Amino acid sequence: MYVVRLWATRRAGALEAVYTVFLRIFQALDPLWRRIGHGRLEKPVAALEAWFKGALFDCRMCGHCILVATGMTCPMNCPKSLRNGPCGGVRPDGTCEVEPDMRCVWVEAWAGSRRMGDGEAIMKFQGPVDHRHQGSSSWLRLSREKMLAATAANGGEGRE
Amino acid sequence: MSAYTNDTPASYPVLPGHSSRGRLERVLRSGRFALTAELNPPDSADPEETYRRALVLSQVCDAVNATDASGANCHMSSLGICALLTRAGYSTVMQISCRDRNRIAIQGDVLAAAAMGVHSILCLSGDGVEVGDQPNAKPVFDLDCMSLLKTIRTMRDESCFLSGRKITEAPELFIGAAANPFAPPYEWRPQRLAKKIAAGAQFVQTQYCFDVPILERYMERVRHLGLDERCFILVGVGPLASARGARWMRSKVPGVHIPDATISRLEGAKDQRLEGKNICIELIQRISEIKGVAGVHVMAYRQEELVSEIIRASGVLKTRGSRRPLQRSTEGKE
Repeated sequence: MYVVRLWATRRAGALEAVYTVFLRIFQALDPLWRRIGHGRLEKPVAALEAWFKGALFDCRMCGHCILVATGMTCPMNCPKSLRNGPCGGVRPDGTCEVEPDMRCVWVEAWAGSRRMGDGEAIMKFQGPVDHRHQGSSSWLRLSREKMLAATAANGGEGRE
Repeated sequence: MSAYTNDTPASYPVLPGHSSRGRLERVLRSGRFALTAELNPPDSADPEETYRRALVLSQVCDAVNATDASGANCHMSSLGICALLTRAGYSTVMQISCRDRNRIAIQGDVLAAAAMGVHSILCLSGDGVEVGDQPNAKPVFDLDCMSLLKTIRTMRDESCFLSGRKITEAPELFIGAAANPFAPPYEWRPQRLAKKIAAGAQFVQTQYCFDVPILERYMERVRHLGLDERCFILVGVGPLASARGARWMRSKVPGVHIPDATISRLEGAKDQRLEGKNICIELIQRISEIKGVAGVHVMAYRQEELVSEIIRASGVLKTRGSRRPLQRSTEGKE
C-alpha cells in the first residue's frame, strides 16, 4: 500500500537494521534450507516474501531484491523500472513524471538512504534484472549465493 | 542530394586516448567549445527532409543528435536517421532510449550503428509512453540508462555482448548520457553524474537550461567532485517561442524547469519569438563562461534555421579554440 510504503521509507534506518539482521539469520540457516531442499521451499518462501514485502514495500517480486541499497524503497514501483536512480522527468514537487499522484520512487529512495547506516549503498551500480527470476524468492537466492560464494573459495570473488 | 560532409573520414586513425574517430570527441578532447544540436526526425519516408535539416545544423555543429522517439512520440527511428546521415558523411550522435527495445535489440543496434559510421551514442532511459502519442504501447525498460551505458562500454572495451559472447570487431564509440540538474533530488544529481561516469559516460548532454544559478550551483559541486575532468559536459539550451509556449513546456515536457522571471520577460516583450531567441543567445553566452562546461547542446523542435541563427549570433563559434586551455587530459576511457 502506498501509505505504508512511504512510512517504510521514513523509517528506513530502523527497517534497514531489522531487515539486515533478518537476512543474516536467514542466510545462516542455509544448511537447514538445503536439507529441506531449496526447490521444495521456493513456493512457500516466495509466497511469504511476497506477502511480507508486498505489505511493507509494495514489492513486485523481481527476484533481485536491493531494498537495502535503495533507501528501503522498492525501485520496481518506478514506472520505468529504473534501478540506478531517478530519471530526468521528476516534477519540481518531487512527484513522478508518469504518475503525478505518486512521489518519485527515487526521491523517496534518496531520502530513505540518508536515514540509513549505509547511505552509500545507493551509489552502487545495479545490473539489469534477470527476468527469469521474476516471482521467485530473493531471500532464498541470496542465501544460496552467499553460501556458494563462501564455500567456492575463501576470499574468492563474489558477485559485483 | 547535397551533403555538407563534416565527420572525420573513416580512413583516419583513432587518436591515442580517444575511443572513437568521431568529430565530436576530437573537438572536445582538443579543448575547443563543442556544439551539438538535435535533429527532430520527420514523420515521412522521404530522406530529403532529413538531409535538408541536417545540412542546416551541420554548418554550425560538431555533431547532430538523432533523437529516438523523444517524448514517446513515434517518428523515423534514430538508427534510420543515422543510416541516412552517416551515408552522407555527417557526424551524428545516435540516441538510444530504453523505453522501446530490450537488451537484445539494443546491442544489435549498437553494432549496426558503429558499422555505419556512428561514432557517438547517447544513452537515455526515455520518456514514459504515457506522455506520447501512443500511451497504449507496452513500455519495455529492460535496461535502464545506467546498465545501457555499461552494456555499450562492455561491448567496446571487452569486445563482448552482455552474455559474454565474443564480438569479433569491437565498436569504436564515444559514449554519452543525459543529465538533468534542474529536477529533484537536486543534491543527488552531481553524484548521479558520478555514477554515470563510473558506468561509462564520457560526455553528457543536459536537459534544457533556463536557470543559470541552478546550473552554477550544480557545476560547483561537479567541479568539487572533479567530474568535469572525467567527463565532457554539454549544457542543453533552446529558444522559447512565446510565454504561452513556455508555460505549456513547463507543465507538459517532463523535467523542464523554466523560472517565472523568464516567462514574465517573454510576456513583457513586443515580439515574444524574438525575445525567446535573445534569451537563448544570452544563455549560451553565460553558460559558456561557466568553468567545466565543455559545450552546448541546442534543442529546438523542427526549427533548424533558428538554431543556426542562434549559434552564429552567440559568437561561440568565433571564440572557440581560444577559450579553454588545450592540455585537457586525454587519458581516454576510464
